[in-house]
Amino acid sequence: AMDTDLSSQDRKDLDKFIKFFALKTVQVIVQARLGEKICTRSSSSPTGSDWFNLAIKDIPEVTHEAKKALAGQLPAVGRSMCVEISLKTSEGDSMELEIWCLEMNEKCDKEIKVSYTVYNRLSLLLKSLLAITRVTPAYRLSRKQGHEYVILYRIYFGEVQLSGLGEGFQTVRVGTVGTPVGTITLSCAYRINLAFMSTRQFERTPPIMGIIIDHFVDRPYPSSSPMHPCNYRAGEDNGAVYPSVEDSQEVCTTSFSTSPPSQCVFTVTKAHFQTPPPVVTDTLKVPVVGLAFSHQLSSSRLSYQPAALGVGSADMGYPVLFAGGLNAAHPHQLIGPGKEGGVPPIPSQPAHGTQADQERMCTPLDGVHYSAATPSSSEDTETVSNSSEGKCGSPHDLLETIFIRKVGAFVNKPINQVTMANLDIPFAMFAPKNVELEDNDPMVNPPDSPETESPLQGSLHSEGSSGSSTGNTHDDFVMIDFKPAFSKDDILPMDLGTFYREFQNPPQLSSLSIDIGAQSMAEDLDSLPEKLAVHEKNVKEFDAFVETLQ
Amino acid sequence: LSFPHRICRCAPPRATPAMNCRAEVLEVSVEGRQVEEAMLAVLHTVLLHRSTGKFHYKKEGTYSIGTVGTQDVDCNFIDFAYVRVSSEELDRALRKAVGEFKDALRNSGSDGMGQISLEFYQKKKSRWPFPDECIPWELWTIKVNVVNLANEQERQICREKVGEKLCEKIINIVEVMNRHEYLPKMPTQSEVDNVFDTSLKDVQPYLYKISYQITDSLGTSVTTTMRRLIKDTLAL
Repeated sequence: AMDTDLSSQDRKDLDKFIKFFALKTVQVIVQARLGEKICTRSSSSPTGSDWFNLAIKDIPEVTHEAKKALAGQLPAVGRSMCVEISLKTSEGDSMELEIWCLEMNEKCDKEIKVSYTVYNRLSLLLKSLLAITRVTPAYRLSRKQGHEYVILYRIYFGEVQLSGLGEGFQTVRVGTVGTPVGTITLSCAYRINLAFMSTRQFERTPPIMGIIIDHFVDRPYPSSSPMHPCNYRAGEDNGAVYPSVEDSQEVCTTSFSTSPPSQCVFTVTKAHFQTPPPVVTDTLKVPVVGLAFSHQLSSSRLSYQPAALGVGSADMGYPVLFAGGLNAAHPHQLIGPGKEGGVPPIPSQPAHGTQADQERMCTPLDGVHYSAATPSSSEDTETVSNSSEGKCGSPHDLLETIFIRKVGAFVNKPINQVTMANLDIPFAMFAPKNVELEDNDPMVNPPDSPETESPLQGSLHSEGSSGSSTGNTHDDFVMIDFKPAFSKDDILPMDLGTFYREFQNPPQLSSLSIDIGAQSMAEDLDSLPEKLAVHEKNVKEFDAFVETLQ
Repeated sequence: LSFPHRICRCAPPRATPAMNCRAEVLEVSVEGRQVEEAMLAVLHTVLLHRSTGKFHYKKEGTYSIGTVGTQDVDCNFIDFAYVRVSSEELDRALRKAVGEFKDALRNSGSDGMGQISLEFYQKKKSRWPFPDECIPWELWTIKVNVVNLANEQERQICREKVGEKLCEKIINIVEVMNRHEYLPKMPTQSEVDNVFDTSLKDVQPYLYKISYQITDSLGTSVTTTMRRLIKDTLAL
């Protein structure tokens, strides 16, 4: 037809498709970096809520963050939606790994059918995204996160910023879909230079902080219209009827969820936070706020730090070398010694769904706010999001408990480390060591209510997502931690999840460490000439001995 | 009532793809124990893109589409993970074909070279007594070269290298898929079995068949084996 303008229905549909495509794209990317395997079920009967005919779960926090970043707008020329994936070590150093970009260019395909071809191609593009998110280097890194580092995400909207990826980053294109208003492209730029040798390259304080997402001042697009169920028919010929689709629910605060132990992606929503002072390997001071769950979380932060690598001092950033192709089978061994392992401050996490616990959970701890979500395939995705209102506590309520890690036999560790290897009690290493700790035990002495509220705390759940240009919408990363099913939140911080995480990443055997191996080899080689000389001297005796054998 | 779509048998496959059939070739070198996982990774990735949800036809020629779930699969012998469609039936069918391919490779006494092909086709009905025609529209061929490794260290390197290679293959596959080239038209209810495999209960891949060839040391193809992975009953 001569009419090349989009009908208003088509235009509405297209906008809706693009919006949900953007939201689903973010879900796929973030879920692929949670560190665990994703599994969703096929369903032969349309359920009415699976966009693009794909079963992709919606983690509410992630949707929330994405919507906040988009602020009612859609990707357009010059306005791209970006999901930045970065790595943050337990010492607070971080590094950008990938930027996933959803962009729109001007090349229009006027002939294409919106409700049919565009929709199906967007579905295909999401499948490609599922496949590609597993083949970039960050995937393998994210599967091993939890002990020495975590993987974070940040969503922003506006101009793509690739400078944080280091030199020589590579790009992979996921795909494109032409539409009457422009061509949607989805691609990923990823870092390949993963050796970082100095603190200059990354900041001690999280670099994500302070970056204002608010890239634009005016918003030409009005907010998208209210959602309608997608329930129309195409004409005589084969059209597609799409199942009734509802807008995804805005989830504010729900109860905590259980899911298999997994790693964390956490939100840092404040401008600054302090990392705790580094501590000696194997004896970690873990800041603890509130009850129970702090123990659980902190124990997961115990890191195995073999001293073998013998590089660096506390002043340099530690050299962390990721092998090319990032097949670091034992990430813990890459952290050099002399660099004492600290852990990021971790707030408590609520028990299942109790209000009191949720309030505790909301405590922003020195700028780090954690919320939990689950990627599991349970039908109700229950999560705690960072938008609940009941804030309490303050960053000053840090308590410290000393946990001694009991290290197994043959484990590669420096000799002068403190261990409690002679303790008989199971999980003794996690029990508070002495009376002093008991005083700090929140069970015994509950924390005082906050005296001052840090001004930054207020910004945590600030003024909705309207992206005011005063811009305190630092919705950067969302922490997603998982409690394993059936785990108990005892005083003892050891639980199923922790145990599972730990035995999955056992410390390296000392005999396998390069240093000791090389050392003894060198010694052997050195001592050879001596040994030979001795044997030569005694050659007559040896010969006599041999005679007796014959 | 609704038997016709079962009663057909395709003409024997053509030796070469038809003129309008898109053909892609991938090559991998793997250790013997990696063959299955590598093949499954590639085949599942292709089928992920070439499967839809089940169609449910309604009045007036409209239809709704079911939902496709996906899941991550970790390889045991390769440092690699891939996504596949959540369908046990489909997984079983692929594993069966790949298992046969692997056995044939092992038993052939050849140098360990062979290829496995995944062909997507449409059925075109012919008049009796002629069998229906199978017209391929996309052909994926994976050439495999099995290597023998001497020690554990080499095996470890192989795990990593093959993992990296498979990442490249996935990117290649996605590139092809993104070209949005010919796809069969969405069929009416009466035609759906000429385009899609509707025998699975949870997903609906395009009609496909998997075949393989083992190359003997002279480089000629010794056996060609057809495996039909859709149920078919005898024609006539």
